[in-house]
Amino acid sequence: MAGFRRSADGATARFGAADAAIVRDLVGQVVELIGADERQGEAGAGLDDDAAGWPDDSAGDQPEDSAGVSADDLSAMIGLTENAELPDDPVLARLLPDAYRDDPEASAEFRRYTEQGLRSGKAAAARTVLATLPPGGGRVHLSEREAQAWLRALNDVRLALGVRLEVTEDFDGQVADMKPDDPRAVYVGVYQWLAFLQETLVEALS
Amino acid sequence: MPWVTIVWNDPVNLMSYVTYVFQTVFGYAKPKAEKLMLDVHHKGKAVVSSGAREAMERDAQTLHGYGLWATISHDS
Repeated sequence: MAGFRRSADGATARFGAADAAIVRDLVGQVVELIGADERQGEAGAGLDDDAAGWPDDSAGDQPEDSAGVSADDLSAMIGLTENAELPDDPVLARLLPDAYRDDPEASAEFRRYTEQGLRSGKAAAARTVLATLPPGGGRVHLSEREAQAWLRALNDVRLALGVRLEVTEDFDGQVADMKPDDPRAVYVGVYQWLAFLQETLVEALS
Repeated sequence: MPWVTIVWNDPVNLMSYVTYVFQTVFGYAKPKAEKLMLDVHHKGKAVVSSGAREAMERDAQTLHGYGLWATISHDS
C-alpha cells in the first residue's frame, strides 16, 4: 500500500483487506490490554469521534444506579485508581510508565490520579481506529482529529510490538540474527510495515 | 525550586513522530523540536520543559498519552 497522504480534511489511505485485518487485530489487542472502563472511556475521551460506521465489541452503556453511588463508582468518576504500581506486564508498563524514576511514592501518587485518564485516552484512540477502518479494507478518510488519534494508537501498537520483540537501537542486527523458527519472526515484518504506515501519517499531518 | 520534564530515548519511537509530538505538545517550531528529538536520541535523554511541579506533571501525562517515556525531577 502507499500509506497515508494529506487530504483536504486530514489524511487518507487505502487499505487492502489483509492489512486492515492486521491493524484492526493489533489495535483491538491494545484495547483489551488497556482495559479501560467503558464509563471512563466516555468521560475521559473527548477525542473519540462518534461517527462510528463499524460495530465494535465494546459493551453498551451501564445503567446508572439511582439509589446512590458506591465507593467504586466514586473512584471511577473522579478517576482514581487503587492500583498504584507499575504493571507487571512489560507492555502495559511501557504504555503506562512511571513518572518519577527514583521516587516510588511520587510515582504511585501520580499513577493514582492519572492512570485511568491515560488508559481511557489510549482506548479512545484505538476505538477511533476501529470505527474508521472498515473490516474488509477500503479507502479511509480521516479528519485531522481522527488522524491524530490514529497516530497515537499506531504508536501504542508499535510500542507493544517493540516490547514483545525486545527491540533495541540495533534492530537491524536483531533481525539479521533472528532464527527463522523464532515465533516472533512473523511480527518483524508487521512492526516494520507499521513504522512505514506511521511515518506516512506523520508526514501527512506535518 | 524548579522542576523539569525529561524525555528518555526509546528505540521504537520514530524520530519524525517524536519531533511531531514536541511541536504539537509544546508549540515548538520544527527546528527546535528536531534538535530536542536529536538530543534525546543521541544523549539518551533531554529536558523538554521546566517549571512548577504541577505543570511538569501535566506535561508528563500528555507525553505519556503520546507514548513517549517522560519523567519528572528536580532541576539539578
